Amino acid sequence: MVYFAKWKIVTVLLVCIAGLVFAAPNFVDNKTARSLPDWLPHQQVSLGLDLQGGSHLLLEVEVNAVIREQLEALVDEVRVELRKAKIRYGGLGLDGVKGVKVTIREAAKTEDARNLLRRLDITTDTSVEGETIRIALTDRAIADRRNAAMSQSVEIVRRRIDQTGTREPTIQRQGDDRILVQLPGVKDPERIKRLLGKTAKMTFRLTDDRGVNSDPSRPAPAGSHWMPASEQNSGTGRPTMYLIKKRVMVSGEDLVDSQPAFDSQSGQPVVNFRFNTRGAKKFGTATAANVNRPFAIVLDGKVISAPVIREPILGGTGQISGSFTVQEANDLSLLLRAGALPAPLVILEERSVGPGLGADSIKSGKIASVIGMVLVVLFMVIGYGRFGAMADFALIINIFLILAALSVLQATLTLPGIAGIVLTIGMAVDANVLIFERIREEVRAGRTPISAIDAGYSRALTTIIDANVTTLIAAALLYIFGSGPIRGFAVTLAIGIVTSLFTSVMLTRLIVVTWLRRSQPKELPI
Amino acid sequence: MRGLHLIPTNIDLAFISKRKLFFVFSALLVAFSIGMFLTKGLSYGIDFKGGIMIEIRTEKPADIGDMRKTLGALDLGEVALQTFGEPTDVLIRIQRQKGDEKAQQEAVEKVKSVLGSDVEYRRTEFVGPKVSDELFWDGVLAVGLAILAILVYIWFRFEWQFGLGAVVALSHDVISTIGIFALMDLEFNLSTVAAVLTIAGYSINDTVVVFDRVRENLRKYKKMPLPELLNNSINQTLSRTVITSLTTLLALLSLYFLGGAVIRDFSFAMIWGVVIGTYSSICLAVPLLLYMKIKRSGALVGEPDQAVIDAP
Repeated sequence: MVYFAKWKIVTVLLVCIAGLVFAAPNFVDNKTARSLPDWLPHQQVSLGLDLQGGSHLLLEVEVNAVIREQLEALVDEVRVELRKAKIRYGGLGLDGVKGVKVTIREAAKTEDARNLLRRLDITTDTSVEGETIRIALTDRAIADRRNAAMSQSVEIVRRRIDQTGTREPTIQRQGDDRILVQLPGVKDPERIKRLLGKTAKMTFRLTDDRGVNSDPSRPAPAGSHWMPASEQNSGTGRPTMYLIKKRVMVSGEDLVDSQPAFDSQSGQPVVNFRFNTRGAKKFGTATAANVNRPFAIVLDGKVISAPVIREPILGGTGQISGSFTVQEANDLSLLLRAGALPAPLVILEERSVGPGLGADSIKSGKIASVIGMVLVVLFMVIGYGRFGAMADFALIINIFLILAALSVLQATLTLPGIAGIVLTIGMAVDANVLIFERIREEVRAGRTPISAIDAGYSRALTTIIDANVTTLIAAALLYIFGSGPIRGFAVTLAIGIVTSLFTSVMLTRLIVVTWLRRSQPKELPI
Repeated sequence: MRGLHLIPTNIDLAFISKRKLFFVFSALLVAFSIGMFLTKGLSYGIDFKGGIMIEIRTEKPADIGDMRKTLGALDLGEVALQTFGEPTDVLIRIQRQKGDEKAQQEAVEKVKSVLGSDVEYRRTEFVGPKVSDELFWDGVLAVGLAILAILVYIWFRFEWQFGLGAVVALSHDVISTIGIFALMDLEFNLSTVAAVLTIAGYSINDTVVVFDRVRENLRKYKKMPLPELLNNSINQTLSRTVITSLTTLLALLSLYFLGGAVIRDFSFAMIWGVVIGTYSSICLAVPLLLYMKIKRSGALVGEPDQAVIDAP
């Protein structure tokens, strides 16, 4: 044990040097680190949102809404088909959350009806039970649709966030129906939440003349429905209700661009938009046929504005002038550019940290680490003299190794992560304490310095490994079950255990053995 | 330079003979903790209960009374305010709102609109009912699995008797930590669970060191009466146990006093854990081995040739 193989010495030294080199970029500021030549390591520890400030949002996509929408469309198709085939039916409606059911009034035509309905959607299974036909989406079809809705939602969320100019956002699908969004450095999380909270389904529809002077509390006539305005009426304090035709003239899907602007006459903030060719054609035809009648611009079931068509709009461009603030006009045009979400998003969890708190946390974390370190270093020197100093040297190298590992692995350092490092500082010397205590015992048992050190290291090793494996188990479970900052703690704890094993067992042994060879002591100063 | 021997070299404290005292103390501590947990309950943070937490900084020292009045008028249910670290920093906790996730989000907006943009929003955390339920059960599962995994590891490395002793000590530490959190009304949240798991790891670390020595002595001194052997094992490792606990405590105290308000409760849990973990390893885990019918020869021998080299 006292003899060290050459390759071992080289390996230990190389690891230490690599640790110093890879930790180095953390001691210069961000800009300098980025400007370092390529052959030098320049990765810094990446800070968690709790340290650099930013927002963590966990969103849930209401995928069931997509399925529901699909089924409602299917109900309409069934109605049309059966009417066309002149089959009398009743009880048409949703059948649970996965299908549609309808009862055929003429028993003889049940089989015909089934054949007819089977062709409507190839991803459904139809079954007959007496006179009732059930059309259910297959599990496969539901899964496909959910998946499609999820990927589309992730894409739209990404577009919306990119439009706000957030740097380096993380947008990840998580589980069946969740999206994790991490936005470093975001100053106004409320705005992002507002943007993500809107589905942004926009439609252009005609208003129904029958709505004038009629009472919104009464049921709407067939083919139309009541919709509230997006703003409250300043007179009544409630939103005005409009009677809007269900049929859609043009939908937001046909928009290719939208930009915030100011109206040339009133100076009010407005949103300019442009349709693609198909949309322009549809919009042109519809407006040409309805000059001098009002139409409505509907966003997520609310009427933003209901202007009167003065002349046919053939150019495919238009302007929305609600009573917007500048911010609202910006946000609306952003939403229209990014596109509609297939289903509404719900925010399940938010954790936002302002830049001030983050900076304070880093500062106090640094101070706590340094003071903790100084205390432990002093304590070790008092407790074990020269040997303590050797352990201290290993401890300092250990800190560099932790920083290097965090930088190279690009693991995220969080506030609990800093706590993990401080804890490691306290516990890292444990292995050395075990070894030194053992050496003391061996010395008392009358061994020579060399054999005492030899026995001390080899006997303490099994204990050290047993003791550290148990802490590693705890760290692993923390990583698996923890989230965000807690994971950061688990990572630094685990890295700390591994590096401190190396420094306290390998490195201190090398130092102790080298010292032993040089000074050939008769007695150990321990 | 020679080190100071903080613990005298031939220390011989009677731990084993006082075991009844420790058992009674620990039983009372555990009973008290369970009692506190059942009667007073833990004050769960938003991680586990759902709800809203907003930390703000005002320009001048905050007028809590005034703020309480303003926020109370919003009709959001229970709103708790406290200064946090500095007189200008206020931590606002709002209970989970009735209804779904959207209702929570609306409450955040309401609070922010009343407080206005003059204050600095240092932290806004909101956890909806779905996530808080998940986090709670994940936490319970993590602590349970950690104890189980450690039991299995100790069993594998030692004997089942040791594993049982270790787990009794470990459960004692976890339960008493929960008890102290209930007693002191400290917020029990995700970080606390992290602290509890770390305490578990740390406490078992101490236990393993003493157990290792017990195992070694069992091989060396085949005829020594078990109580004496266990007591010697504790005393032989006492210096290490105390010194490691002290260095860890030094680091943690630095974190507690200097690490900032956000991490203070977390540090407190760990400090408590180090103290109670050290106590339980020495005074519970080892004495318990007396009652576990440890096999004295043969079965425990791992490397027999190394076992009896150097009895002093």
